Amino acid sequence: MSDAPAESPNDPFARLRIATRARIGLGRAGDALPTRALLDFQAAHSRARDAVHGVVDFDAIAEQLDAQGLRSLRIRSQVTDRASYLRRPDLGRRVYVDDLPTLEAAHGDYDLAFVVADGLSAAAVNAHAAALIGETRARLSTLTLAPVVLAQQARVALGDEVGAVLGARIVALLVGERPGLSVADSLGVYLTWAPRVGRSDAERNCISNIHADGLTYAQAADTLAWLITESRRRQLSGVQLKLDAAPTAVIEAATP
Amino acid sequence: MARYQTRIGARGYHFDDLKAVMACASPRRSGDELAGLAAADDETRVAAREVLAALPLRHFLDEALIPYEADEVTQLIVDTHDVEAFAPVAGMTVGEFRDWLLSYAATPAALSALAPGLTPEMVAAVSKLMRNADLIAVGAKCRVVTRFRTTLGLPGRLAARLQPNHPTDDPLGIAASTLDGLLFGMGDAVIGINPAGDSLPETVRLLQMLDELRMRFAIPMQSCVLAHVTTSIRAIERGAPVDLVFQSIAGSEKANRGFGVDLAVLREGYDAVNGLQRAGIGANTMYFETGQGSALSADAHHGVDQQTMEVRAYAVARAFRPLIVNTVVGFIGPEYLYDSKQIIRAGLEDHCCGKLLGLPMGVDVCYTNHAEADQDDMDTLATTLAAAGVTFLIAVPGADDVMLNYQSLSYHDVLGLRHLLKLQPAPEFQDWLARMGLLDEQGALPPPKPNAVRQLLALH
Repeated sequence: MSDAPAESPNDPFARLRIATRARIGLGRAGDALPTRALLDFQAAHSRARDAVHGVVDFDAIAEQLDAQGLRSLRIRSQVTDRASYLRRPDLGRRVYVDDLPTLEAAHGDYDLAFVVADGLSAAAVNAHAAALIGETRARLSTLTLAPVVLAQQARVALGDEVGAVLGARIVALLVGERPGLSVADSLGVYLTWAPRVGRSDAERNCISNIHADGLTYAQAADTLAWLITESRRRQLSGVQLKLDAAPTAVIEAATP
Repeated sequence: MARYQTRIGARGYHFDDLKAVMACASPRRSGDELAGLAAADDETRVAAREVLAALPLRHFLDEALIPYEADEVTQLIVDTHDVEAFAPVAGMTVGEFRDWLLSYAATPAALSALAPGLTPEMVAAVSKLMRNADLIAVGAKCRVVTRFRTTLGLPGRLAARLQPNHPTDDPLGIAASTLDGLLFGMGDAVIGINPAGDSLPETVRLLQMLDELRMRFAIPMQSCVLAHVTTSIRAIERGAPVDLVFQSIAGSEKANRGFGVDLAVLREGYDAVNGLQRAGIGANTMYFETGQGSALSADAHHGVDQQTMEVRAYAVARAFRPLIVNTVVGFIGPEYLYDSKQIIRAGLEDHCCGKLLGLPMGVDVCYTNHAEADQDDMDTLATTLAAAGVTFLIAVPGADDVMLNYQSLSYHDVLGLRHLLKLQPAPEFQDWLARMGLLDEQGALPPPKPNAVRQLLALH
């Protein structure tokens, strides 16, 4: 990454750049951005765009999960392509009707179901999803797990329907977060107790900002395991769970 | 009972109610499609405009889009309507009103006098009959002057909100972005921080930091930490230096409740900040943000199209005589404004409609990374808005907001527009820039001089 201009001994902003990722002290070409800064910006924007429009390699994720001894299922939302995904959040929250039998066939008595949703960053899901599931599972070895559901063109609330059809008491949905210019591969996790269609965002807990410069897998897994344990103990999720003694990593975030 | 129907060629069109006419008359946008309110096809859209054009303006006083009993925003609109101010246009249809707005008779003085006589629904309706060029031309004729420590909205001026956000509210990081912006002549509208959290101690700390900066360099400026209104009220109670009270607002009581506010709590914030008299009696002390799609996203749009809901938010704003208002036009996402065409149109609508209602309207010319837009599109919107006399634009370092993760304009962009269109900063701020050696004899920001930069940075 070359987001910051080259350091130079004459750079009056040198000591300030340490304090912020903001694009300060870029210099001027007349009134405009110098070419270096212009291209740096375009490179960052292109990464973000590619993350939004990229495709998750669910085959690779299924293999990684398989190596951990985890079975997975593939489903689609009611959205057919990215353009509709962006326009119709309502359809991205529902399971494609033809894929419901896949979930019904896997119905069981589960403590927890993981769902991996592409969301708004394919890059985030490709990079972090399988590893985070592995870390979290290691902390919750006594729970019965549903097969991991890999969901294409999916939004956060899709987990409600998936969890309900599978018969899971808790659903933890991993999703690619909306990319920014500085981070294009940030993963989020949304936890919902007693998932069913119609749950509101206030009934979920969110862990955001899982990426190389943000929360580590271990930090995120610690928090998620704590939330899952507390959610099971108190039989709820969302605002009330957070009010108690939530770790600092649990923050509210806009739901993709 | 009015009948909303017309004929185009062989095909007849019928609309069930006024809400349907308004929604179908709107230019195509993803939010109305998501809500299931948009016209089914392009000819239906024009048919709705035909119906709208023939509708008497008065009709909007007789038929409320959201019932009076059900919504305090409707109550505010109806109860504060100024019949006398409305008189000059009271006999017009919506179509005739568009022609009049564009006519030479609609002078800045006539438009200012008319503003209290217009309701949001009338303004939204006429804007649906206007092309982008009309929105620019009418917006440019409106004069709305407000003041705190600077005077905003004067002809020939373009102000900027300097937005030095930081993901963890790090003081040095915020100071760095602020100083960079001051060197570009930004900040005459406000230096406004979106705090990473909404905690009271953080808000107070940031307010104190900005106020120290103001006093240290004797800058004629106002600062704002864009915390929730209730947080600002508590900050005032603790003696924090609050210049402006901020709040995001929307066009229905239910949508405002989604923001955790109602008219009463806004009134409380207004009274609290006016009690401080930090810029003298009569200064404008509120800052509001709005944006198309916020009512729908709160499921609080009452079946009304998103642009009309947006203009209704301006009725809430004008009740509190704000110093500045801006729409965050491209921020809310592609499910409401899908691409640059929709964002540009909405930005021009919001500016023109806000000005017609008498608001000091600015725009956050911006987009998110999942919208079909880029910086080229922002160039187009910013330039057309500057031509339309926008009160202020938002600017962040290198157009990249590292806290909110979206792209706005850069300091460079606003500076370039000032030079291109011969616009100056607010007069008090302009004098300060000149005193600091940041303006040349022509009133332009000279090429950067390393010494000037060092001087300001060293003072920090």
